[in-house]
Amino acid sequence: MIHRYIPKGDGEKEKMLEKIGVESIDDLFVDIPKELKLTEPLKIPEAMSELDLLRRAQELGEKNIPITSRVSFLGAGVYDHYVPLLIDHIISRSEFYTSYTPYQPEIAQGTLQAIFEYQTLICRLTGMDISNASMYEGASAAAEALLIALADKRKSNNVLVSAGMHPDAIQVIKTYLHYRDVEVREVPLKDGHTDLEAAKELADEHTAGMVMQNPNFFGEMEDVPSFATFAKDNKMLSILSVDPISLALLEPPGKQGIDLVIGDGQALGNGLNFGGPYLGFLAVNKKHMRKMPGRLVGVSKDTEGKRAFVLTLQAREQHIRRYKATSNICTNMSLNALMASVYLNTLGKEGMREVAIQSLSKSHYLYNGLLETGAFEEVFSTPFFKEFTLKYKGDVKKLLAKLLECNIVGGLDLSDYGREGEILVAVTEKRTKEEMDRYIACVKEVSA
Amino acid sequence: MKHYSTLIFEISREGKRGYSLPELDVPEVSPDVLKSPIREELDFPEVSENEIMRHYANMSQGNYHIDGGFYPLGSCTMKYNPKINEDIARMPHLTQVHPLQPVESVQGSLELLYELQKDLCEISGMDAVTLQPAAGAHGELAGIMMIKSYHEKNGDHQRTKMIAPDSAHGTNPATAAMVGYDLVEIKSDENGLVDLEELKKHLDDKTAGLMLTNPSTLGLFDSQVREIADLVHEAGGLLYYDGANMNAIMGKARPGDMGFDVMHYNVHKTFSTPHGGGGPGAGPVAVKKILEPFLPVPRIVKEGDKFVLKSDCPDTIGKLRSFYGNYGVLVRAFAYIRTMGPDGLLKASENAVLNANYLMHILKEDYNLPHELICMHEFVLEGMKDPGDVTTLDVAKRLLDYGFHPPTVYFPLIIKEAIMIEPTETESKQTLDSFADAMISIAKEAKETPEVLKAAPTKTPVGRIDEVYAARALILTYDDLLAYREE
Repeated sequence: MIHRYIPKGDGEKEKMLEKIGVESIDDLFVDIPKELKLTEPLKIPEAMSELDLLRRAQELGEKNIPITSRVSFLGAGVYDHYVPLLIDHIISRSEFYTSYTPYQPEIAQGTLQAIFEYQTLICRLTGMDISNASMYEGASAAAEALLIALADKRKSNNVLVSAGMHPDAIQVIKTYLHYRDVEVREVPLKDGHTDLEAAKELADEHTAGMVMQNPNFFGEMEDVPSFATFAKDNKMLSILSVDPISLALLEPPGKQGIDLVIGDGQALGNGLNFGGPYLGFLAVNKKHMRKMPGRLVGVSKDTEGKRAFVLTLQAREQHIRRYKATSNICTNMSLNALMASVYLNTLGKEGMREVAIQSLSKSHYLYNGLLETGAFEEVFSTPFFKEFTLKYKGDVKKLLAKLLECNIVGGLDLSDYGREGEILVAVTEKRTKEEMDRYIACVKEVSA
Repeated sequence: MKHYSTLIFEISREGKRGYSLPELDVPEVSPDVLKSPIREELDFPEVSENEIMRHYANMSQGNYHIDGGFYPLGSCTMKYNPKINEDIARMPHLTQVHPLQPVESVQGSLELLYELQKDLCEISGMDAVTLQPAAGAHGELAGIMMIKSYHEKNGDHQRTKMIAPDSAHGTNPATAAMVGYDLVEIKSDENGLVDLEELKKHLDDKTAGLMLTNPSTLGLFDSQVREIADLVHEAGGLLYYDGANMNAIMGKARPGDMGFDVMHYNVHKTFSTPHGGGGPGAGPVAVKKILEPFLPVPRIVKEGDKFVLKSDCPDTIGKLRSFYGNYGVLVRAFAYIRTMGPDGLLKASENAVLNANYLMHILKEDYNLPHELICMHEFVLEGMKDPGDVTTLDVAKRLLDYGFHPPTVYFPLIIKEAIMIEPTETESKQTLDSFADAMISIAKEAKETPEVLKAAPTKTPVGRIDEVYAARALILTYDDLLAYREE
């Protein structure tokens, strides 16, 4: 039977075989030794028609409870920010999503220009000189940033990682660096933020750099200027992982003396998608440009002097440098970076600020409301942005289960992260006063 | 296609806006509560929604794309991106899902991923799969890390060498370096296949493993693969299979049966997920039983009739990224495999190989074919017969004027003036014939009017781009551009 993605008319196969000079398709596979040839069909489910497959997908979907059917206060690195409809309309254009990596710049100007604009937006947001075309996601971007720091300092053999980093990022860093025989030293938290005094104790002359997250995993604001100073004083690179939305309000890290800025771009119009694909961003100062992994787009001109965009500084990359490349990464999450760009352009100067202010205001409304119920106690005294940690006086698992009955996903149970009784609650601009009041009422009911 | 290079920053005018949000319904909190340095302003564009749409619509017209035309890119498997994949990957019930939701509320997504894992085991002849890696190179990284952990677990700390042929993809050596291995590059024979004698010279108790793609990057199947595997195994090493060329052998042969211990897939090649202009892809990794304990966590497993995320695996290499993988991409791969079924996948490989051989036999008249063998899903030409001073780059650029995306050029490195062609199964005989006509016509032009090739392309939105200028001026943002103009 001929398949709908395989365009072969009657007799065409025979004509082609004749041109090749063989009798059958099997003759084209003669190089595969007989003992390696499969004699039975693959044991995977039979082909499904378009209709049947749509039904099957629907059926699988019905076994999920999407956050659209509940009110979600889950965050922990993945945030339910509003995704303007424009984004999907733009990335659904075949010209963007079905094109290849822009290695032939004359016929890939669309993708190249989109990346160039993305690089500009990330630089303006972070206050850095150079952004690459994007990384896989935030956690691996953190690991790659530490690899830059290690390459930057001769005889370095260890790095510092704040315990306030996302737990996944800490694990990814440990995995990447284990194979390089680099010691990962975890800097503890003190009252919710990174203990730089402890960091000083942990650092030595072989420490390449330190990575810290702001706001950190528990939602708390970190002291960025002190971190930058600490790194400079100890002759190591400072790497800051940021929530890009928070940068609509905060002084850009680049202006505070940070050397490398990274983060996950999920919050920038990328939706939830059960954990991916998202994008990671990585921005550096000119000084570290040549050690940066990943693709970079620059402006050039064609033979007639027309403005044109092209991949540049490719000598850092695996397809040219092979064993000596800065990383083995090829991918930039082009389409996800495009989503982030459209998001940043659509929200623009005012909208970014409004999303940040609304998230800030609403998270504080809920925080205060929950504290007022008397069912919670404060865990940290430092400020937070859109996500906070509270300790429940009763049984957290019971509380979260009860909230689910009220159709509310109340947050992340931090007992799975070694913090008994605490929950991590995120509030974006999408949550309404009514939803938060319902959360508070439900807590009162359970705790009464 | 058209030329459009106006930047969003040049369209921006003070006071315009492109978004709408509900009014804030709680008391406004000042950023002062953050007790952190606050920025003065965010220098972002101010553009209305319709202008943004037009901006991107115009920009998109500078792109060649698979829905619009043929992409014979060797090693890239640019096949049709089916539309049902896109629709399923946008179903709200499958996508509006947070990765940390209670596991009971994501059973559908986990079931889908679990089924995909099972299919990928069967297609490769392996025993277990992780879907976590974000791309092929990321999968390589996972696989080589697992090999290293395996040797460490056995106390084989002296195994510091990773072997790869000189015809390998650039990611292979770069990956070995990232995992802290010394790379030993071995010379291939004249057909780009492993030279057994050369391999034997390098196998010893320092060998950690061999990275190989089969069919090779020359598109030839290495019939000695079992012998190669036995030799490497006898030396105590493991075999890594670079799955970039899986589109040649689905349902025909399996890396697991060839003796490989671990491999990655590129779902954006073999399983039709879109390239997106350079990502997102996904790079699932399949392993034999001996490497299963080392798979990244969490693993998606079935306990009774429930799907769970299992992290309690003492020998795991850990995590390579957050969460479970590029789910949205994996959903598309799942949809593709279900659409094709066992027979469809087999037919895909058969037709990919048929199409490649057909083109090879037409083009070998005017271009040098470095071997006289049957190829698999792709083949490599060694430039043109009688090229004069015409280079492969000129041929590639001239193809743009004929409306085709050029093949992969100057790779593999072991072939001079390489032109690497992979037509895939989703192209018709008519398309292959018109591509062949263009290539033949270019060969003719090379003799009669070589200046036309040197000046190509002339029909594209922009002409040849000055790459040296880009590397020298280093204008990497709009702000660089403004500063450069002032100088």
